[in-house]
Amino acid sequence: MKTLVWVEHDGKTVKDATLAVVTAAAQLGEVHLLVAGQGVDAVAAEAAKIAGVGKVHVADDAAFAHALAENVAPLVVELMGHHDAFLAPATTHGKNIAPRVAALLDVMQISDILSVESEDTFTRPIYAGNAIATVQSKDAKKVITVRGTAFEKAATEGGSGAIEKVASTGGANADGGLSVFKGQEIAKSERPELTSAKIIVSGGRALGSSEQFHALIDPLADKLGAGVGASRAAVDAGYAPNDYQVGQTGKIVAPEVYVAVGISGAIQHLAGMKDSKTIIAINKDEDAPIFQVADLGLVGDLFKILPELTEKL
Amino acid sequence: MKVLVPVKRVLDYNVKPRVKADGTGVDLANVKMSMNPFDEIAVEEAIRLKDKGVTEIVVVSIGEQKSQETLRTALAMGADRAILIVSEEKVEPLGVAKLLKAIVDEEKPDLVILGKQAIDDDNNQTGQMLAGLLGVGQATFASKVDLTATNVTVTREVDGGSETEELSLPAVITVDLRLNEPRYASLPNIMKAKSKPMANKTPADYGVDVTPRLTTLKVVEPPKRSGGVKVADVDELVAKLKAMGVAK
Ligand SMILES: Cc1cc2nc3c(=O)[nH]c(=O)nc-3n(C[C@H](O)[C@H](O)[C@H](O)COP(=O)(O)OP(=O)(O)OC[C@H]3O[C@@H](n4cnc5c(N)ncnc54)[C@H](O)[C@@H]3O)c2cc1C
Ligand SMILES: Cc1cc2nc3c(=O)[nH]c(=O)nc-3n(C[C@H](O)[C@H](O)[C@H](O)COP(=O)(O)OP(=O)(O)OC[C@H]3O[C@@H](n4cnc5c(N)ncnc54)[C@H](O)[C@@H]3O)c2cc1C
Repeated sequence: MKTLVWVEHDGKTVKDATLAVVTAAAQLGEVHLLVAGQGVDAVAAEAAKIAGVGKVHVADDAAFAHALAENVAPLVVELMGHHDAFLAPATTHGKNIAPRVAALLDVMQISDILSVESEDTFTRPIYAGNAIATVQSKDAKKVITVRGTAFEKAATEGGSGAIEKVASTGGANADGGLSVFKGQEIAKSERPELTSAKIIVSGGRALGSSEQFHALIDPLADKLGAGVGASRAAVDAGYAPNDYQVGQTGKIVAPEVYVAVGISGAIQHLAGMKDSKTIIAINKDEDAPIFQVADLGLVGDLFKILPELTEKL
Repeated sequence: MKVLVPVKRVLDYNVKPRVKADGTGVDLANVKMSMNPFDEIAVEEAIRLKDKGVTEIVVVSIGEQKSQETLRTALAMGADRAILIVSEEKVEPLGVAKLLKAIVDEEKPDLVILGKQAIDDDNNQTGQMLAGLLGVGQATFASKVDLTATNVTVTREVDGGSETEELSLPAVITVDLRLNEPRYASLPNIMKAKSKPMANKTPADYGVDVTPRLTTLKVVEPPKRSGGVKVADVDELVAKLKAMGVAK
């Protein structure tokens, strides 16, 4: 089976999420990558070095600069003429593009896979991870999004994929003009990205304000070299930006250590972090559901505990 | 201007899903069902756009006969008319998208607003598929919507922050949690909703083949995590963290 993996990148480097997708694709067969963007020679060169990669298709065009699904999907459909499976990470960009590709190919997508059981059978979470379904696809071609935390990351060195320019990117027609990219606000942070952080400290509604969130959570995270996350309640209340949200409808994380501070442990939150290796919970309510999944729990007032903990580490 | 809002009946988000002992799925017998929370937000947004030139809101649901309750809820919130496509069989997002395309061809809405995902299957596909089938622009995970007579500007929640896109109409939008706070229907509006029109259809009426492409072989519970130990104080926590190598 020949697979095509959509490479997520920021125009400069390959995003980590791509590496887990390569691992999933390798379990299906030969791995080809698609690097679509504008001025992406460096990204293509980096992608070609990923272990196990056979070929890197490069589509360099202004129309692909912002990964607009309207422009990328037809390109993928064209390449799928000689590939059997299309895989993308289950990130916001991957989730935006893949279903459009699936519809154009008349294929039912398999979302957010956790494992490859065979060429046509996969497991995937449903009901916020409260159930795991094994599904078999009858479609001739497969369209798949991959949960990054469920697969090892492929090595970034050791591969020697052949770089090949995509002959026809539609030229002037690559931009279908259905949507226009107007701008973005991407938070700049020195901290590790949530989806690749080894340690995450997350704050909940109990933090009470944006000032207290940053005054208490940030120093602890800095001490541990951790990424910072939040519950939906904390994000909705404006204590933390939206891309901090961990959960069913936010980010799915599985760090070595997840520290939940003042988070009750609603199923929608657990859906995003319960595969963490070690979970530590700090909550003043000893019956809070978070303690049912925590390896280490400390019952008490976070406003006393956090300063003391940060100081003693 | 006309807006189409597809709404799905799902297990209420407060109910803990239970996997059936025979491994065929999640037990939906005698449990509370509600409108998918994202779809409430989609309905709310459509209603708010009535100040921006929207004159008619059509809601549609595909599912068992009882999905009419979900449609009545949307009508009570402020939608004008409903279409129920009854299917007692499983309809996958691809099938749902094809049915929605048929409705769009007939109704010619300027905008389709969907939830970004349904909280049962968590597929996050239907809106993108519909936009692909229609060949129109898509703005997923919307946290802000600005509508004019000819186009719509949408701020989208993406990994790392937000993005803004402008789409020409007609277009498809899927909504994220922070777009708005959906209203509760008032009692008078619930009464009024009972007399709003609801069309009863089947997939066959639209000539759409909704045969599933995926077969669910089995559904199991995820591995259980058991609670661990409680520590007495910060000193003990620090000692454990050091033992684990997390802290020096
Ligand atoms: C469709 C849908 C999708 C959702 N998606 C997500 C999602 O992706 N992520 C998510 O997180 N949520 C999500 N939610 C929301 C979820 O249901 C909960 O409402 C949310 O997780 C609660 O956040 P919290 O734990 O911070 O707040 P709360 O539930 O209010 O918990 C606060 C906790 O802090 C403790 N506390 C209070 N004061 C102190 C103190 N001084 N010291 C120590 N502890 C203290 C309390 O005992 C309590 O346990 C979703 C909900 C819906 C309906
Ligand atoms: C009676 C019945 C039983 C089912 N049992 C199972 C089962 O046991 N296991 C299983 O895996 N699947 C089952 N399904 C199928 C499941 O409902 C479909 O996969 C679903 O329609 C699409 O997946 P999703 O909602 O996750 O799509 P998403 O792409 O996540 O949905 C996004 C948005 O699309 C719109 N939308 C989606 N579906 C509908 C709809 N039906 N009507 C109106 N708008 C919609 C909503 O706006 C929603 O917010 C069943 C369906 C029915 C009718």
